[in-house]
Amino acid sequence: MALTLQDQITSTHRGHGHCIAKGADLTRMIAELLGKEIGYCGGRGGSMHIADVETGNLGANGVVGGGIPIAAGAALASKMMKKGTVAVSFFGDGAMNEGAFHEAANLAAIWKLPMILFCENNKYGMSSSTEKAFAINNLADRGKGYGIPGVNVNGNDVVEVYEAAQIAVDRAKKGEGPTLIIAETYRWKGHSRSDKNLYRTKEEIEEWRLLDPIPKFIARTIKQKKLTQEQCDGIQQEATDAIVAAVNEAVKAKAADPAGLLDAVFKKVSA
Amino acid sequence: MLTMAEAVREAMSIAFDERPEVFLLGEDVGIYGGAFGVSGDMYHRYGSERVLDTPIAELGIVGAAVGAALSGMRPIVEIQFSDFTAQAMDQIANQAAKIHFMLGGALHVPMVLRTPQGSGTGAAAQHSQNLEPWFASVPGLKVVVPSNPADAKGLLLAAIDDPNPVIFLEHKLLYKIPGRDPVPEGSERIPLGVAKVVREGKDLTIVATGIMVNKSYEVCEKLAAEGISVTLIDPRTISPLDMQPVYESVEKTGRLMVVQEGPAHAGFINEVIAQMAGSSSFGSLIAPIKRLAGMNIPIPYAPQLEKAAVPQIEDIEAAAREIVKNWR
Repeated sequence: MALTLQDQITSTHRGHGHCIAKGADLTRMIAELLGKEIGYCGGRGGSMHIADVETGNLGANGVVGGGIPIAAGAALASKMMKKGTVAVSFFGDGAMNEGAFHEAANLAAIWKLPMILFCENNKYGMSSSTEKAFAINNLADRGKGYGIPGVNVNGNDVVEVYEAAQIAVDRAKKGEGPTLIIAETYRWKGHSRSDKNLYRTKEEIEEWRLLDPIPKFIARTIKQKKLTQEQCDGIQQEATDAIVAAVNEAVKAKAADPAGLLDAVFKKVSA
Repeated sequence: MLTMAEAVREAMSIAFDERPEVFLLGEDVGIYGGAFGVSGDMYHRYGSERVLDTPIAELGIVGAAVGAALSGMRPIVEIQFSDFTAQAMDQIANQAAKIHFMLGGALHVPMVLRTPQGSGTGAAAQHSQNLEPWFASVPGLKVVVPSNPADAKGLLLAAIDDPNPVIFLEHKLLYKIPGRDPVPEGSERIPLGVAKVVREGKDLTIVATGIMVNKSYEVCEKLAAEGISVTLIDPRTISPLDMQPVYESVEKTGRLMVVQEGPAHAGFINEVIAQMAGSSSFGSLIAPIKRLAGMNIPIPYAPQLEKAAVPQIEDIEAAAREIVKNWR
């Protein structure tokens, strides 16, 4: 992995993948989605607000672009405290037109912060395509505006993403500053339950389904004789079992309790 | 006698000396010394790594402070004019204020946002507002409104210690004037959420915030010479709000007047009235509660217009006299 447990991330309103990849406890994560007391936020945050201090996850964010300046701040703290860690902000193409992106990218650039601005370009901000929302074709060109590298990767290729991330992490940790990575990918499903996919074609969705990164990675791994088909099946089964077990446990957990709500707003001031 | 700008600088310097994780960031806080000279020579004393000049990017600045606060630092952000917090409101209201609660207590944001507010400088509508209700209406923010140098020092030290985000609203007309009481030496804190009874009287209770405490004090002095004695209460922190001294005082005086510079409509001071109206001390009132506040208009430019927009000493005096005279 390009990131260690100590490296920090901020995530998007669709942050479950980042959360798991950073090492979160599955049961606590799913319990949070179900509004349970043992959930990461005790049922107070839900799907869009899971954070995990132990794994350097500063939290998913309900506001588009909201986590980008926060990651810049985490990177600033890393630099000031000489931690040697990197902070990665994950965001979508939509966030790149938020002021928060511009302000954070510029701060990270002028202060040479150990930060990675990682854009998962899934082509649509809800229904707005990148063609409609940008007057440039290559989002990575924005890097030039801040004097930082802008890198394109195939976001549906695990190895390509890993390699680009590793270069950016090395650069950040050497004190050379931030990198903007644009990972091209796709959102198969609608933005939310109200989405009727009126802004794109079925054919387009089907084309992207064929580019599913998981089978592609498995096929390559087997071809390169790094793993066998059985080993790959085993890993997938393990993952499925882990999710099922977590869901089962989370379902049984105690529902979140309103009793403590008023006391939860502020952290107690220690005497 | 220190001015409020000097007292704020002294508090920041003490915090800098006590904790290596404290730092200051903002526009022109470095070599320029801050737009109102509050950071002064701190850049020279602590260096560019702890007194961090930023580009003009309020959202980015506050966001960076939030991220740094989440990661072991203890930032003090200066926003050059409180009006510009509008640029940073996502990071203030959606991020800083909510992170501790929303993330189930896993993280907290020990950050202080200091910003000058208020009218009286001829700077017109975008450089003169009092925005207390913006912040006071967001659960998760503590809001401090100091009225004098001594309080500013102790409250700011407590704000920097606090593990939660604190909005520290400094009236810019107070920056250059010394307080009535000298600023204590040393590093004593004034806990947030404790109102101060500035003076005690038996005829009227005035609750005032920020610069209105000073204006009201002058009125109290003048009325005292005429035999009207007034209790003046400065909440000091408006979130959390300490109402107990207000209740106790109203039980003795039977009359309550509230004074703020910001517009009356949906203003912070209305919260004092609402809590009084719902309290058992309400029955002690022998007069309707008098509210003095700014007009419901943007702060105008010309000096006479600007003065007309917010309560002046004469207004407070007239209102105080009237309530005491008319209700017996």
